[in-house]
Amino acid sequence: MSTAAPPADWHRLDPRTVLVTALVVAGVVAGAAIPVTLGLTRWSSLPVAVLQVLAGALLVIGVAAGADRVRWHRTRYRIGTERVDLHTGLLLVKRRSLARSRIRTVDLTANLMLRLLGLVTVRIGTGEQGSESTLVLDPVTRAEGERLRLLLLERAATASPGVHREGELAVLDPRWIRYAPVSFVAPMLGGAAAGAVMQVSDWIGAQGQVIEWVGDRFRETPLLWTIIVLVLAALVAGVVGALGLWIEMWWNYRLEREAGGTLRVRRGLFTSRSISVEEARLRGVDLVEPLGVRLLGAARLDAITTGLAKDHEARNADHNTLLPAAPRTRADSVAADVLREPDTPTGAALTPHPLAARGRRLRWSLAAALAPVLILTLLGALLTPVLLWIALGCAAVAVPVAVALALDAYRALGHALSGRYLVTRSGTVRRSTAALERAGVIGWTVKQSVFQRRAGLLSITATTAAGGGAYTAYDTDASEGLTFAADAVPGLLEPFLERSPKGA
Amino acid sequence: MPQGEGETVRLRPPRNTLNERAVGWWRVQWLLLTALHVVPLAVLGALIEPARFWLLLPAAVLAVAGAAATVLFPLWWFRTHRWEITDDAVYVRTGFFWQEWRIAPMSRIQTVDTVRGPLEQLFRLATVTVTTASAKGAVRIQGLDHELAADLAGQLTRITRDTPGDAT
Repeated sequence: MSTAAPPADWHRLDPRTVLVTALVVAGVVAGAAIPVTLGLTRWSSLPVAVLQVLAGALLVIGVAAGADRVRWHRTRYRIGTERVDLHTGLLLVKRRSLARSRIRTVDLTANLMLRLLGLVTVRIGTGEQGSESTLVLDPVTRAEGERLRLLLLERAATASPGVHREGELAVLDPRWIRYAPVSFVAPMLGGAAAGAVMQVSDWIGAQGQVIEWVGDRFRETPLLWTIIVLVLAALVAGVVGALGLWIEMWWNYRLEREAGGTLRVRRGLFTSRSISVEEARLRGVDLVEPLGVRLLGAARLDAITTGLAKDHEARNADHNTLLPAAPRTRADSVAADVLREPDTPTGAALTPHPLAARGRRLRWSLAAALAPVLILTLLGALLTPVLLWIALGCAAVAVPVAVALALDAYRALGHALSGRYLVTRSGTVRRSTAALERAGVIGWTVKQSVFQRRAGLLSITATTAAGGGAYTAYDTDASEGLTFAADAVPGLLEPFLERSPKGA
Repeated sequence: MPQGEGETVRLRPPRNTLNERAVGWWRVQWLLLTALHVVPLAVLGALIEPARFWLLLPAAVLAVAGAAATVLFPLWWFRTHRWEITDDAVYVRTGFFWQEWRIAPMSRIQTVDTVRGPLEQLFRLATVTVTTASAKGAVRIQGLDHELAADLAGQLTRITRDTPGDAT
């Protein structure tokens, strides 16, 4: 590749990327420097060790910065009338090119360091699988990022104007933070914190001391209390972590509708993110109620859309969430605003499923709850009666929980047609009410097991290009479910149906 | 829904059955699968004296089960596996214990592939796979006569090319 300055329509990344890389590497090196220095003092005096480490650190930072300088030098991009080109690569030159008509998303993210320098990372995606369909510009100035976003997502204003609000649809209400501790993140973070304490103490060879110290604290207390206190401590750590994570994720959250029919979510305390969803690609919304959040009367809103970025980094970032857990009425009103409907289809009255579906759920959950109990009983009968008591205890706890979950799962089942949308709802630990645009249905899959056939049930799945690819109404009444599907997309299923009077 | 009351609605079977040679093709697959498990067990049983009983017993059980599956499943499948292509949609029924009907409208079809594995070539059969823009909406018709499959693929490609829209 030539070293001459690029032609006028080619752009370079921001040169401060070298500074960012140097600072990041310096941070990592600083973390490693202290233990290395202490280690070196065994062989040499302190000043010598410090000098050695400093020299090493400067070398590492210099190499990293130099490599990034070369990368910057060899990276250039061009926004043409038809295509977007990116040439990059440290050793090999990679030349990649995307057709502008296929670009579906332009997402901007900036971590704390990039934000302080006024830079952003731009991700240009076509929404297809794999990282090959995403171009990453890391980094450019914030103004350039914003310019690219508007330029590349600019479309003829196709969305019907007028009926619904432009501008801001939702902003963060700090009171929503009360839903953070009841999410599944809290116990996971608590466990992770306990694990991290053990891991770190293992690294520095002090794991035994930590266990001893904890043992000392509880010398006088019985074992049961020790366990309860430790679990509570882990939970408290988890709750604090969940609150912190929520603040980092959702601070400055805003959902806006921009001219030209784009929904834009902006959020983040340290790392700011901007995610744009083209409304022409929106096929519906999914109202998600995880168990804890649902018990507090709240719900989260996800977008069902074709062509969201699906590379690794975006996958971890809840990229399709339009609204964090918020009171149910608020979630419903945002859903209505997003879909430009007077009332949200996720609030429609749903057709319940036959009682046979409840029996199936009860049988599944009781089987899952009783299988370990049965094994314990068998072992207890063969080995020791203690196991029989444990089995009894397990049964006493597991059976009511299993029954409650099964009944709740049955209550969750439902489906309906509501205006332009078909709605399916299912799930107990994670109840999901999906409103899918009927025009977005691109096929049907009907499944019926032997048991379902005997009970007169079937599961009917609408396949779609958007979101999860398939939305299912589980265990509907056979006739009613097929009629529902036939009505949802006129003409598609009808030719394959047979109607006969009942009892014939 | 006015017509939902008082009448039973069913999915009618698609019109066409598969090629009869599909039964043989499935049987060979079952035989190979059975042999893959039974032969190593039997060989080990013949070689390892002390464990002979515990190796030959499962081998015998698997052989009987495999033989039953080889005889019965293809017959059942041949009765339930059916397909149909209309001007508007592809309609396929598969499975016996877990029956599955798939419908993909012509206007949403993105690709039509014909695949012939080594065994299928032996039986002069082919599999036609029709994909839509949904990751979960692919429709497969296995066990078609290979010439018929080629014709079908050509016909489907022609129809989808003439249907407007970007299939999402």
